[in-house]
Amino acid sequence: MVTIQNNCIIKVGNVDFYYGKFRALTDISMDFEKNRVTALIGPSGCGKSTLLRLLNRMNDLIDGFRVEGEVVFEGKNIYDPDIDPVEIRRRIGMVFQKPNPFPKSIFNNIAYGPRLVGVRKKSDLEALVEQSLRQASLWDEAKDILGRSAMMLSGGQQQRVCIARALAMKPDVLLMDEPTSALDPISTAKIEELIEELKKDYTIIIVTHNMQQAARISDYTGFFYLGKLIEYNPTEKLFTTPDVRQTEDYITGRFG
Amino acid sequence: MSAIQVISEEEVIRSPSHGKSISNMKWRYFKQNLFLGVVRLSALIIAVSLGGFLFYIFVNGVGVISWDFLTLPPRDSMTKGGIMPAILGTFYLTSGAIIIALPLGVVSAVYLSEYAKQGPVVRIIRVGVNCLAGVPSIVFGLFGLGLFVVFLRFGSCILSGALTLGFLILPTIIGASEEALKAVPQTFREASLALGVAKWQTIFRIVLPNALPGILTGSILGIGRAAGETAPIMFTAAAFFTAKLPASIFDEVMALPYHVYVLATAGTHIEQTRPIQYGTVLVLVALVLGVDLIAIIIRSYMRRNRRW
Repeated sequence: MVTIQNNCIIKVGNVDFYYGKFRALTDISMDFEKNRVTALIGPSGCGKSTLLRLLNRMNDLIDGFRVEGEVVFEGKNIYDPDIDPVEIRRRIGMVFQKPNPFPKSIFNNIAYGPRLVGVRKKSDLEALVEQSLRQASLWDEAKDILGRSAMMLSGGQQQRVCIARALAMKPDVLLMDEPTSALDPISTAKIEELIEELKKDYTIIIVTHNMQQAARISDYTGFFYLGKLIEYNPTEKLFTTPDVRQTEDYITGRFG
Repeated sequence: MSAIQVISEEEVIRSPSHGKSISNMKWRYFKQNLFLGVVRLSALIIAVSLGGFLFYIFVNGVGVISWDFLTLPPRDSMTKGGIMPAILGTFYLTSGAIIIALPLGVVSAVYLSEYAKQGPVVRIIRVGVNCLAGVPSIVFGLFGLGLFVVFLRFGSCILSGALTLGFLILPTIIGASEEALKAVPQTFREASLALGVAKWQTIFRIVLPNALPGILTGSILGIGRAAGETAPIMFTAAAFFTAKLPASIFDEVMALPYHVYVLATAGTHIEQTRPIQYGTVLVLVALVLGVDLIAIIIRSYMRRNRRW
């Protein structure tokens, strides 16, 4: 298991999570290091997406959920009653499995969030949109068609619009829930390159079904099974000399 | 023909012979053709009766339509002259009803589908709304008479009539708005909330704009219903005859459906006014269809940019 002393940005401590009576996560403790890519892997239904959504309180949208334990971000438990989930989501952005741009122009997709938090001046918005698109390496493709509907773009481009949209809020952490599973190999490669680039400025936590992807892009990997964190180690170690037998069975394809 | 495929696949699953026997095939094609015939016939009956109805009204009513008919008040015990006050009255009543019912209906729908915790209470409210839609319009008329005209002392006037009509069309608007809100993909809400945008802002900026075409459909139906109803305005707003145009919302007005009712049943010159009755009906139908058309154009324009 990994414990991060100095550069820990999110610290999950003894978390249990319930959907109604069903316990989706059992006693999860996990430190996430700043400016690193952490991958969460495991078979479907193992709780990795649930954990990801726990980190920016997206699970609040589900009726009848219950969290025990704590998720500490910048020294505060984000499930404390005095914490505003809206503020948390501003600091911890999210990219979803299926690209989900709004039915608006590319420009307005990205300017949407900043406008609502008070960026009004046109020149500021333009600069922010350009910067976000550059960070999402979409600027060269999109700079001449900013007024066109984002729905017209290809799946890979749409996903990069979604990444740019999340980056425009200047978050500290970017959560990615299988961001490439709906994309073709070339778009996937682009997004993976992008993640490599983004980790200079952001902390990235990514759920993936693709073990090669986890091995390629992440610094740490956590393996989940049946709602439990089975093993959490530096990626190289987890994929070469895992501590737990179950992990080895999974990554070598013997079950899962 | 995908319809054929679906039917035969289902049959293959059910029948143990897997359609190997020829007579079985013939029987199945016969059933299929019979069913298609029934479906086509039903559609034809509806189309023909609607067309025939419109044609009949048009033929009988078009003779009296003239500029004067549309712009002058009635005269000579309503046997001559025009129907301008009634057109204006219906316009006021319908607009008033929409102004009252649309915000109330949309807000109710937003509450029911976005905020309320889905459970027995919401289910009861929903059943209530549906029951309201089934209440006979004369009951709304009496309710309006009791509450607005008598109890609140508004008297018989545009305000009372518009409020009554507003309540009448509220269930239609709530129902359509709720459907429209549900049709907005959940992923849009998630995307907005995940950016750290508050829920009410998400509803205003993302959910409602995308639900607007559907909400508009509900309003179209509402407008049509409000413009055509007689019973709710009979006691609350409609005047038998007034050449005077309303000066405020506390004045009585003439209205197209009530005018037809009066001419056809309560006047002393029922036979003489027959052409005017048809003319009035024609104007009413044209108005309602015109409103529908405008809304359909707006809706299809707004839908053009959608891709999901």
